[in-house]
Amino acid sequence: MKLRNRVLAVSAAFLLSGTALSACAGTAKSSDSSDSGGDVTLALVAYSTPQAAYEQLIAAFQKTDAGKKIKFTQSYGASGDQSRAVVNGLKADLVAFSLEPDITRLVTAKLVDASWNADQYKGMITHSVAVIGTRKGNPKNLKTWDDLTKPGVQVLTPNPFTSGGAKWNILAAYGPKSKKGTDKEAGAAYLDALFQNVPVQDNSGRASLQTFTSGKGDAFISYENEALFAQKNGQSVDYTVPDDTILIENPIAVTSNSTHPAEAKAFLDFLHTPAAQKIYAENGYRPVIKDAGGPTFPNPSGLFTVGDLGGWSKVNKELFDPSQSVMASIEQKLGVSTSAAPSPAASKK
Amino acid sequence: MTTDTAVKPAGSGIAPGPAGRGLRRRPPVGTALGLGTAVLYLSLIVLIPLAAVVWRSTEGGWDTFWRAVRTPDAWAALELTVGASLLVALINVVMGTVIAWVLVRDNFPGKSVVDTLIDLPFALPTIVAGLVLLALYGTSSPLNINLAYTRVSVGVALLFVTLPFVVRTVQPVLRELDRDMERAAYSLGASPITTFRRIILPNLAPAMISGAGLAFTRAIAEYGSTNLLTGSIPFQTQVSAVNIFGRIESDDTTAAAAISTVLLVVAFIVLILLDLFQRWSARRG
Amino acid sequence: MAKYPLRVLALVYLLFLLVLPVGLVVWRTFEKGLQPIADVLTSENFTHAFAVTLSVAVWAVLANTVFGVGAALLLVRHRFPGRRLLGALIDLPLAVSPVVVGLALILVYGKFAPIGGWLERNGFQIIFSLPGMVLATIFVSLPLVVRAIVPVLEEMGDEQEQAAHTLGASRWQTFRRITVPGIRAALGYGVVLCLARSLGEYGAVAVVSGRLVGQTQTATLFVEERYQNYDQTAAFTTASALALIAILILLITKLLRPKEND
Repeated sequence: MKLRNRVLAVSAAFLLSGTALSACAGTAKSSDSSDSGGDVTLALVAYSTPQAAYEQLIAAFQKTDAGKKIKFTQSYGASGDQSRAVVNGLKADLVAFSLEPDITRLVTAKLVDASWNADQYKGMITHSVAVIGTRKGNPKNLKTWDDLTKPGVQVLTPNPFTSGGAKWNILAAYGPKSKKGTDKEAGAAYLDALFQNVPVQDNSGRASLQTFTSGKGDAFISYENEALFAQKNGQSVDYTVPDDTILIENPIAVTSNSTHPAEAKAFLDFLHTPAAQKIYAENGYRPVIKDAGGPTFPNPSGLFTVGDLGGWSKVNKELFDPSQSVMASIEQKLGVSTSAAPSPAASKK
Repeated sequence: MTTDTAVKPAGSGIAPGPAGRGLRRRPPVGTALGLGTAVLYLSLIVLIPLAAVVWRSTEGGWDTFWRAVRTPDAWAALELTVGASLLVALINVVMGTVIAWVLVRDNFPGKSVVDTLIDLPFALPTIVAGLVLLALYGTSSPLNINLAYTRVSVGVALLFVTLPFVVRTVQPVLRELDRDMERAAYSLGASPITTFRRIILPNLAPAMISGAGLAFTRAIAEYGSTNLLTGSIPFQTQVSAVNIFGRIESDDTTAAAAISTVLLVVAFIVLILLDLFQRWSARRG
Repeated sequence: MAKYPLRVLALVYLLFLLVLPVGLVVWRTFEKGLQPIADVLTSENFTHAFAVTLSVAVWAVLANTVFGVGAALLLVRHRFPGRRLLGALIDLPLAVSPVVVGLALILVYGKFAPIGGWLERNGFQIIFSLPGMVLATIFVSLPLVVRAIVPVLEEMGDEQEQAAHTLGASRWQTFRRITVPGIRAALGYGVVLCLARSLGEYGAVAVVSGRLVGQTQTATLFVEERYQNYDQTAAFTTASALALIAILILLITKLLRPKEND
């Protein structure tokens, strides 16, 4: 019995110290951005891939005068999921997503001002391009969009109905194949052929990349910064920037219900400075300002934007509408679910 | 969770109340208050939220419910989940009994260590279970057994998390088993196999079935250990819990609720069957 | 009866399913030496993750212990209509998938739900915040303390309690001096089980957490997130830490387990 008592005592002590520790941890962090003696906490909700970049950027910002007393909470996840989470109540002062429609969702939900992209950068904070990733050394010599539809080639790209970022991948190939959207049939035919070669559509870009690095597939379509991230972390992948590819534009905005709009704007301004843009570049993102310093990136000859294809509303309707669109028919043929969030206007819980 | 908690659930194991001997001066008000508090706690945390799931799944009518469940990937996930869980329950019936047998009837150095380790899947977080299985049976497997992205890997993950169930239900029964009948059978010339089949097995069967049922309900609910090793590939290695998670993230809450309701109904049916079976076999003595 | 083959079969099965995988992860954690491990253990996100895990677990254990003792007493020492039903309802969480737990809580306490919406308008956020994590953890570990105490309470019988009553002890005195000492070991056992379950929760908190690094990221979520960021060292280190805690808890439960003849 004595041993039991001792064990009980130890367990009780463990529990008590746990309570004490958690109480300390609880008071050390301010949960909402409540000012307790001048301490401001900004909540950053971002998509998953720039996590490493933002950790460095926040540290750099906190070394400046503007950022000295500002603390941050950070949340990272798939772009669409994060956007929907903010609509569902996830607190955010700044939102940084992988593509514009994820911000548009917040504009519709009245959480971001409609003027968010009225500045000189059109609301964008970084750029990237869609690339074709392969095994190290590119043994199957897959370099162009046509190579990906060759028989026997297995390509990985995520499901565009769950991964917003997957839409970039599809648009990158659709653009040149449909002659910038004018020849819809040719574009649709290409996508059909491409997806015959896609054995698995993961739920997000990162998951797709991980499936590839675990040994499945011959090639993957992804962002340039994701391929660089994989290489940086010791994964043996190579990538080619096709001549015709899309400029991936990543938006950022301050929320309209932010409790610290001034500080949030200060951070946003900081992110546009050369020093910050250089950090982005070092993490594989193309800066939006000129002469940021840091690594440079190749310029594809046939670079185009989503604007060249008619803008997001047009491509979302023609290519990505869950009930009727080019991708919906392709997915239905493959038996893959196209159910995703209903359009923001219709969403009510 | 071990033998005691496994075989004596809070509900069905209650003996009839105190026999009313002696003076009972407990004021009924206190009981009512306590009962009310307990029910409130239970309702706010468990009952109302679960009811909300079922309620939400009916939004849009039976049509929407059925369509959500029959969506190709949701249906494929349900088929895989139920099928794999059944298979795993069956494997557990065999292996769980073998392990229980060895733990009770055999003796070797380190047996008590093994006995303690059986409960590890109860205590280990499911994501860690997934990670450890990935390490040994994934692409960088030191044993060169690569099960990543295969349906077999779903089975392996489920076997891991359901390991203790049958073992822990069979063990106490085996321990309490009266060996006289066995000895009688041997002395009459019966072979070990015959003895096992006709004397031991009927006594163990209720516990084996009970453990298998628990293992099954545990397996259909599994989420954390399946993601890493199986890749959760839709139509191939994605279990229902992962499918539901994807629906929640996509804000497709009604569909998520519908598939969840199916899982809940399946689990409840199994548990009710188990309860009925236990009462029936208890009556048979 | 076929002693050795059975023994070998059982041990080999356990070796390949249980021992080798866990052992391998612990082994590979130390692959690159002690320094990377130390770096992970002292990193802010790691300590935050464990702080979150611990605080959530402690709240859940406290709540479920109070509920557990009360409910067990109700179930065993009293009669009322619906007693069996209550017992069955308490067991409900064991049959529910963790992801469904998360969904269920969102539907009631989320921003667009009746209760949740009202709470948020009054400044109290549940989902995407610690309270939601605590609720989820309470849900999944709810039955454990009750189930540990009920059999012991039954076995104990209430003669002593009744005797104390006739001698004039108040209910609280009876509880404190007769009931509690009687169930002490079982209570400790149930509490430790509840703690283990709470520390290890993953699926339910994944749904309601909001992935706030350092705020709602538990150790289990940390493992997943680090792995997805190709940070194997951190993922494996945390996994090993959790595995070692699990084994420690197993040893404690073995000591506290209500009497078993072996």
